[in-house]
Amino acid sequence: MLGKLDWSAIPFDQPIPLIAGAVVLVAILGVLIWVVVKGHLPYLWHEWITSVDHKRIGVMYILLASVMLLRGGSDAIMMRIQQAVAYQSQGYLPPEHYNQIFSAHGTIMIFFVAMPFVIGLMNLVVPLQLGVRDVAFPTLNSVGFWLTATGALLVNLSLVIGEFARTGWLAFPPLSELSYSPGVGVDYYAWSLQISGVGTLVAGINLVTTVLKLRTRGMNYLRMPMFCWTTLASNLLIVAAFPILTATLAMLLLDRYLGFHFFTNEAGGNVMMFMNLIWAWGHPEVYILVLPAFGIFSEVVSTFSGKALFGYRSMVLATMAICVISFMVWLHHFFTMGAGPDVNAIFGIASMIIAVPTGVKIYNWLFTMYGGRIRFATPMLWAVGFMVTFIVGGLTGVLLAVPPADFMLHNSMFLVAHFHNVIIGGVLFGAFAGFEYWFPKAFGFRLDERWGKAAFWFTFLGFFITFIPLYVAGMLGMTRRMQHYDVAAWRPWMIVAAIGMAVLTIGVICQIMQLVVSIRNREALRDRTGDPWDGRSLEWATASPPPVFNFAFNPDVRGEDAYWDMKIHARQQSLGHDVPEYQDIEMPRNSPTGFVCAFFATIMGFALIWHIWWMVILGGIGAFATFVVFAWRDHDEYVIPADEVAAIDRVNLEERRSLVSMAGTI
Amino acid sequence: MAMTATAGHAHADPHHIGVVIEHPGPASKRIVTAYGFWVFLLSDIVMFSCFFAAYAVLSGQTAGGPRGSEIFEQRNVAIETVCLLLSSFTCGMASIAADVRNRFWFYLGMTVTCLLGVIFLVIEFREFADLVARGYGPSRSAFLTAFFSLVGCHGLHVSAGVLWLLTMMAQVFAKGFRADILRRMMCFALFWHALDIIWVAVFSVVYLLGSGA
Repeated sequence: MLGKLDWSAIPFDQPIPLIAGAVVLVAILGVLIWVVVKGHLPYLWHEWITSVDHKRIGVMYILLASVMLLRGGSDAIMMRIQQAVAYQSQGYLPPEHYNQIFSAHGTIMIFFVAMPFVIGLMNLVVPLQLGVRDVAFPTLNSVGFWLTATGALLVNLSLVIGEFARTGWLAFPPLSELSYSPGVGVDYYAWSLQISGVGTLVAGINLVTTVLKLRTRGMNYLRMPMFCWTTLASNLLIVAAFPILTATLAMLLLDRYLGFHFFTNEAGGNVMMFMNLIWAWGHPEVYILVLPAFGIFSEVVSTFSGKALFGYRSMVLATMAICVISFMVWLHHFFTMGAGPDVNAIFGIASMIIAVPTGVKIYNWLFTMYGGRIRFATPMLWAVGFMVTFIVGGLTGVLLAVPPADFMLHNSMFLVAHFHNVIIGGVLFGAFAGFEYWFPKAFGFRLDERWGKAAFWFTFLGFFITFIPLYVAGMLGMTRRMQHYDVAAWRPWMIVAAIGMAVLTIGVICQIMQLVVSIRNREALRDRTGDPWDGRSLEWATASPPPVFNFAFNPDVRGEDAYWDMKIHARQQSLGHDVPEYQDIEMPRNSPTGFVCAFFATIMGFALIWHIWWMVILGGIGAFATFVVFAWRDHDEYVIPADEVAAIDRVNLEERRSLVSMAGTI
Repeated sequence: MAMTATAGHAHADPHHIGVVIEHPGPASKRIVTAYGFWVFLLSDIVMFSCFFAAYAVLSGQTAGGPRGSEIFEQRNVAIETVCLLLSSFTCGMASIAADVRNRFWFYLGMTVTCLLGVIFLVIEFREFADLVARGYGPSRSAFLTAFFSLVGCHGLHVSAGVLWLLTMMAQVFAKGFRADILRRMMCFALFWHALDIIWVAVFSVVYLLGSGA
């Protein structure tokens, strides 16, 4: 009846996950009760859960990422404490628990923090920057988000019911095969990634189509803001790379569920094929994450330097070059597998070549700042901090791209330090910069600058105190994923790294405080102009938060930096007098499809993990029925009458008239 | 602000003529839908290519079990291929019928497409069942694993296509040739033709090359 599921699945003997699970459960129940008692449920349902508005979906993505960041961060803290105390002792974590923690940490941070964060920002901003009303497929967008949430939910369920994978974040066979991992951990891993992977693919298709087919009038390719370009590149990579992940995990699951022999040791299976496939997805994935961050930095640096982006066309070229080359370097993840010097040399050179367009970008940002009127607001701090951090990460990356050096440093803490260097310094700093930069656009008030700056400095310093010691430990020969160790030379570095982790944690607390303080002072921080930073691209041309239709009229773009040109133009002609003729606007109707679909996907995923076959069938039928019901509806749009559009837009125009006179003078 | 009276209208702005070809604005729903679906199809083909790659790597790993030439039956595969290629033709007929709003030919075309698809699936299922009965199931060797997965993945797509096809017929029956239904029909046709292309690759890589080896 319940497959492999019974009471032994709940770890009554392990206090840590049980207490953590109980706390989370109480918190969730508390929030739910509060929502119901306060009568917020209808609001949540109509305005958020069933919303197909790209801005709302973007916000929900970022919210999901933030919650999961806390979870993944707790894992990180536990690991750093373990390695600090586990010198010639077992530490405080049993080995199988420690292995689950590092696997969950990697999985969560990549799939459920970095991915939703950048996809959320892209969702929120790109249609605004393109001057359009929504993404190409609004309902599908909602489905994509809720499937991502399903994946995150399943990972968190594994904390209390059953276990998570102990195989590392990529579940290499043969360790992840049934013979070596008989539990449900790997199944939790694989099914949560399969389900959220579908969501990611949907988001990718959506954003590619949006950028290529929905740009507003006059928005030629070479007038698109840089963030739109990097979004395009990143989503092209999603569309090309995520099916590889889907196929690879499907093969692993077939091995585990039906006794197939893709990656087994016996009957001719090929383990190295898994490495090749997973990294053919995995390496582009790195650029899927970091390219949007590059776009964010381009926007931020240009805005806060008061200058157009230096070398715009070279930036576009560099972005697309990275997009292509990222598919040609995957083998550097296993130089030591014995592919031979020729193969290693070719992939080594490709890996070094990809540093060239990245270097071009760094110089472009520096030259954008050169001669500009720089304002060190919080987003700009993250951008400058990124440039410093990322160069270190890039240099160590080029070092690792040299096969002989890689033979020494492969699988060491040096590698761990390197990829945290680029992922934190690149993606996370980018996500925070984007968060600070676009928060006023999403909610209509700024974030508190003092707490924001404090968060930056603690994170920045904490980052270096944590990861520089890991570089050193790697040089001293410490391998990754060590549960405990006996080498005295490593110990001090582990202790320093743990201290760094504490500093980083203060940074996170500052970030939370910033949010709390800003929400409390939101009236004082209110931005009525819609353009708090003196921005240059179209998202600043509308009110904050933008009306559901984004723009009363599709903007007409005449050049790069569309909104900047409008402001200058308007100031010269002391404009703003035309009373436009408003028209009715058709917008997509809200739909519970995404939420219902994810509900059935959750049931199905859980049932698959525990081999509860009747429930699998039930979930499958439910998901299909949802789609048929969705396909059957007759009215998928509603009309906002011209009067209403006029009323909403007039307020925005009034606020803006005062601003226009100040453009470029702030 | 520049987004005033002229914005939103389609006619050309005189200032721009002869300078740059201006982007005309958002594409129509039909183009956006088709474009998005093409992108999906490409991603689906990437997924198939992984199974093709796996087959290429594992096709020699028979682990003492049978090789391709010992188990493939050319006659069955020929019938399957004919069915699928014909169904692509009838699907095309149904698409044309939908474009000219002819219900009779639409239903006829779709019904024949469905039948051909089902015949294909039945033959494939019998081939699989026969192999399993002889002890040559997918867990026998890595070669058979890759074979069953690649061909089965295509078969799953065809099954999903049949389900979609029936849904399409029901939708036309209930709602008529509405614009959104026609857009879905277009996507379905793209999907069905893409399965044909993939089958040609399966036929060549698995059955033709395998029979010779």
